[in-house]
Amino acid sequence: MAVKVIKEKCKGCSICVKNCPFEAITIENKIAVIGNACTGCGACIEKCPFQAIEEVKKEAGETDLSAYKNVWVFVEQREGKIMPVSIELLGEGRKLADEIGCKLCGILLGEGITALADDVQSYGADIVYLADAPELKDYTTDAYTNVIFKAINDYKPEIVLLGATHIGRDLGPCIAVKCQTGLTADCTKLEIDEETKMIKMTRPAFGGNLMATIKCPNHRPQMATVRPGVMDKAIADTSKKGETVKLDVKFADGEIRTKVIEIVKSMKEMVSLTDADVIVSGGMGLGNADGFKLLQQLADKLGGVVGSSRAAVDAGWIDHSRQVGQTGTTVKPKIYFACGISGAIQHIAGMQSSDIIVAINTNENAPIFEIADYGIVGDLYKVIPAIMEQL
Amino acid sequence: MKIVVCVKQVPDTNEVKIDPVKGTLIREGVPSILNPDDANALEAALALKDKNPGSTVEVVTMGPPQAKIMLKECLAMGADKGYLLSDRAFGGADTCATSTTIAAGIKKIGDYDIIFAGRQAIDGDTAQVGPQTAMRLGLPVVTYVEDVEINGDKAVVKRQLEDGYEKIEVKLPCVLTCVKELNEPRYMTFAGIVDACKADITVWDHNDVALDPADCGLNASPTQVARSFTPPAKGKGEMLTGTVDEMSKALIGRLKEKHML
Repeated sequence: MAVKVIKEKCKGCSICVKNCPFEAITIENKIAVIGNACTGCGACIEKCPFQAIEEVKKEAGETDLSAYKNVWVFVEQREGKIMPVSIELLGEGRKLADEIGCKLCGILLGEGITALADDVQSYGADIVYLADAPELKDYTTDAYTNVIFKAINDYKPEIVLLGATHIGRDLGPCIAVKCQTGLTADCTKLEIDEETKMIKMTRPAFGGNLMATIKCPNHRPQMATVRPGVMDKAIADTSKKGETVKLDVKFADGEIRTKVIEIVKSMKEMVSLTDADVIVSGGMGLGNADGFKLLQQLADKLGGVVGSSRAAVDAGWIDHSRQVGQTGTTVKPKIYFACGISGAIQHIAGMQSSDIIVAINTNENAPIFEIADYGIVGDLYKVIPAIMEQL
Repeated sequence: MKIVVCVKQVPDTNEVKIDPVKGTLIREGVPSILNPDDANALEAALALKDKNPGSTVEVVTMGPPQAKIMLKECLAMGADKGYLLSDRAFGGADTCATSTTIAAGIKKIGDYDIIFAGRQAIDGDTAQVGPQTAMRLGLPVVTYVEDVEINGDKAVVKRQLEDGYEKIEVKLPCVLTCVKELNEPRYMTFAGIVDACKADITVWDHNDVALDPADCGLNASPTQVARSFTPPAKGKGEMLTGTVDEMSKALIGRLKEKHML
């Protein structure tokens, strides 16, 4: 989408200038001018009180879109195990395929993985495209890109979904360029447009401050990587049977330009507050420094780290590096536990973008409950052990 | 060695706040910065130059004229030359079209031995332009690089995985996209700042890099933004009730339902 200013309607109020996330609009001679930094996000269209900014429609391309059918899921396996996100995508892909009225297909690459194809069928795939070759044992960008690109050319899917893993986010962009099509990264929601049957892909942008719905109207396949943990997993049902199509795989000398020397699994290192998926924070409600030991136990169980309010740092109970808030660290974990934290504005400013906030406090009127997704009024020394028992 | 680094000027998204009443982005006072992962890419290039005297580090970006300031910061850190690809025709580009323009710029720079880029930019978070530029240049690519060693005409790199890393060997020239674990970017030096102020940034438009306007920017972007919106504001959630055990059970149940556990 591109936008343009209708000069006759523009009053030069500069509301668009203030609302542009990309600082792409300036006022020249009392009229808004769209600059080079414009990404066509359309935020200004909604904000203009005078309807003076409109979308510039793009003419449709000439690719024969009707030749492309079916929803494909890249079934990512590592060491012969299907990645959880691929099972999620088979679940989501089934819904999309049913809405369009087409088939769901899995594309599976590896070595000695023929048996996995049956698993993919039991997760609901009507067709499994299987490439089994020694060169495909471990993921390499070139081998995987070339095999999948050829399969896309031969079988023409209309939608291709990949998990937004370190592998999917490497593979997706390379396939997209080869196919001369678009790729929407890290989607959190997929929908089929009722009228056009095209896919609408929604993703967070701008550090999660903005959501964008993306279309790929004139190019095929429509491609997306999808965040792990967002979609519902397909349920395995061994009575479900599909068809397996073996792909012919051959590589020329020098076609695979990277060599995997070794794969090393490491113990998860201590993650910093900004990278943590789970943060268990404590405040004055802990009563003393020892309380953080209990929080550490919960954090360990959840693979998270311990944070703190400013008050607990000021009391000398824990190091400043743990402080969450305006004068500490701003965090956006998946789950934030606020234990014995009342919820001062400065603390809330540093953690309100967390996906889920759980508050535990003895005072039912504590402001923290105003922004918590789940609130528990109670003594954290009783509640936290009870939570750990449930894990 | 001739080293090229792809960089991007981005708004510091950590500083972006949402107006709680209107639900809009507050852009005022948000600084534009060198994308954090790109700073790691530049540091990798500068470290390589330090080890191999006589090497050059050239930084390239696509963006509006004000991106010159960021390129000058790169020079002040120790880069030798800055190129800005700037043209109205490049505007509105998605990653597919951006990579075409960046690749055209790098081709014009020419004779590169290695290209570094950041893994992803914090305004879009796509991680696509690096690998896509490599594809357009016909080069091998390794993404998520957290360690680099150059041995003659080969690079041995550690590629970060979710639960560890893989060690990969790749022949030069290649494109490597860098994560923050790779290094600690150096600061600008005072002498560097003085020199950067005087230095010229080369600005190229679509003619300079031999691109047809139909092949870049919005015209060549397969994806289109249909709508963008601020996520709904967080309201008061659910207060769990019952005994401590009941509340704990309910909490874990809710978190599992939402795939949080």
